[in-house]
Amino acid sequence: MSTPLLHVNHLEKYYQKTHILHDVNFELNTGEVLTLLGPSGSGKSTLLRCLNGLEAYQQGSITFDGQAVTQKPKQWQQLRQQIGMVFQSYDLFPNRNVLENILLGPLKVQKRTRAAVLPEVQQLLEQVGMADYANAYPRQLSGGQKQRIAIVRALALKPKLMLFDEVTASLDPEMVRDVLNIIRQLADSHAMTMLVVTHEMDFAKQISDQVLFLADGRIREQTPGKQFFEQPQTERAQNFLASMDF
Amino acid sequence: MSSWAIIQQSLPLFQKGFFITLKLAALGILGAIVVGSICSLIQYFKLPLLNPLVTIYTEIARNTPLLIQLFFLYYAFPQLGLRLTASQCGIVGLIFLGGSYMAAGFTGGFEGISSSQLEAGQAIGLSRWQLARYVVLPQGLALSVPALAANIIFLIKETSIFTVIAIPELTNTALDLIGMYYHTNEYLVVLVVAYAIILIPLSLILTYLERRVRYGTFGN
Amino acid sequence: MAHSGIDVLTAGSNFSRLLGGLWVTIKIALIAIIIGLIIGVLLGILRTLPNRPLRFILRLYLEFFRIVPTVVLLFLFYYILPKEFNVNLPADAVATLVFALWVAAEMTDIVRGALESVPQHQKEAGQAIGLTYWQLQRYVLIPQAWPLCLPATVNLMTRVVKTTSLLMLISVMDVINIGQQIIEANNKTAPNGVFWIYGIIFIFYFMINYPLSRWAKHLNKRRLEANH
Repeated sequence: MSTPLLHVNHLEKYYQKTHILHDVNFELNTGEVLTLLGPSGSGKSTLLRCLNGLEAYQQGSITFDGQAVTQKPKQWQQLRQQIGMVFQSYDLFPNRNVLENILLGPLKVQKRTRAAVLPEVQQLLEQVGMADYANAYPRQLSGGQKQRIAIVRALALKPKLMLFDEVTASLDPEMVRDVLNIIRQLADSHAMTMLVVTHEMDFAKQISDQVLFLADGRIREQTPGKQFFEQPQTERAQNFLASMDF
Repeated sequence: MSSWAIIQQSLPLFQKGFFITLKLAALGILGAIVVGSICSLIQYFKLPLLNPLVTIYTEIARNTPLLIQLFFLYYAFPQLGLRLTASQCGIVGLIFLGGSYMAAGFTGGFEGISSSQLEAGQAIGLSRWQLARYVVLPQGLALSVPALAANIIFLIKETSIFTVIAIPELTNTALDLIGMYYHTNEYLVVLVVAYAIILIPLSLILTYLERRVRYGTFGN
Repeated sequence: MAHSGIDVLTAGSNFSRLLGGLWVTIKIALIAIIIGLIIGVLLGILRTLPNRPLRFILRLYLEFFRIVPTVVLLFLFYYILPKEFNVNLPADAVATLVFALWVAAEMTDIVRGALESVPQHQKEAGQAIGLTYWQLQRYVLIPQAWPLCLPATVNLMTRVVKTTSLLMLISVMDVINIGQQIIEANNKTAPNGVFWIYGIIFIFYFMINYPLSRWAKHLNKRRLEANH
């Protein structure tokens, strides 16, 4: 049995006195897609942010790619090249055009040459249907377009793991499908390992190899694949699925 | 003589200077608020004739140093037959300079009102005057409070320039004493402390007001 | 021959002397602004660090220069540098130093405010692609904070120019000091020369500051429009 790419062990997180995450444990193997589901405020986004060093945690451990992760900023800065993250609010840099947004990481963080990176970026842009927008500025793009660029910006670093934090939550309905298709494509044809927080249940059902259901900062259910959607075990999960109405 | 004794001996003179600074600043600031509020109302209602005059006045007052304004009042105006005492020059100069800053402060407050508030007022049929009376003035005044407080601090500091026309305010007192007795350090310390006594409480109030306006609770 | 007031301006080398004084004034303002900007930007960035003692010291620095009037700052440095630190600088160097430190202090607050108003998300997005602290500052935060700083910085420049009028107090040969010399020399023959000399100095200051303050206003308007 191979070692998992990501191993989260007894993670505990507090904001001052508020207990945000209780004893979170899970493993994620290379090529797998894990979706984090749960009502808002359940700690899904916080968990995701802990996995990219944007939030400190108080107890427990994270192992990534066989390496124990400390909370040192230096180590996180290294690790973030291997763990891509995409946010709900896209967060493209408004002062840089599309290409400059994407190239910033590969050129300045990874110190690769422009000549080496450019063909890869072109290909990624084509994959997401944005090849014509390389010189556009973020303010000229729609929400869906911005989010596609944000995904490319993360992929350009060739990460081993991608974190998606409610990436379609701010989008108009007609844009949602495009973005979800891109993520689905990443899972299917590129076997990208992913952790996805989403409220799109159909999408989650199709894409998940593993589902974690969180409520009040605890993992309430941890099931493989479609089982969560077809046979939710806990009453909370049943209510949650009923409320999502899909 | 110990430093402390030197300081103690100078205190009565500094006390006099302190109250002169306060008095001139208070009169100048009051005048500046009156001038500033009139100017900003003229600008808000875009009154014909007066509006361009106000623009010319504020641009001149804001873009030239108080020191030159004072020299004009004190040295040049008597040539035209207009003779003022040094203190009168100080007050007039401070009003001239401060009026333009206060006008900008009020105008900034009026412009800070969200356009949806104005539209809401228009939607219930308020006239231009009613809109000003019930929406723009009360909200705009509240919004301009931090700028006015900042202007007050600025104008108090500007009174230190009065020394150039020999008004015996704080700075002038210190410079005179230094010239006479050469106890530079002691007198400068008293001078800095005197300004700190006036300005630190004001700057704390300013910080507090800024916070209240930023969180949108002021005037509610 | 007794000349009437306005002739004082053109008599002899008076006008070129005034321009020479104006150049001293501008030079001091320019050097102080450049040095002050550099120091102020660096210290302003440091003020966004989560280091409490450092923040406290920098805050103290700012408040000191904010509370003490510039006239007093000039005299503090003018008297105390030679006396207590045995540093004998010419008056124009003392003035440049004081103005530079004052500009730097005000700049720290402008820069800090602008950096802090860049949305937190931008910082996280930069961290998420692995940028180091200084890379984040250089490529993400400073370019976005810059347009926010600009209007206040230009306004600060107009304040520096106006404050150069205080140079005469520590006997720098600036435009006002030279103006006074000319007035005194012509006091007997042309008593209303005072009007013309101070008038021309008044106009000099206005001609420098008016375009600057228009520029600041324009920048501010553009910034507000960009936000909508």
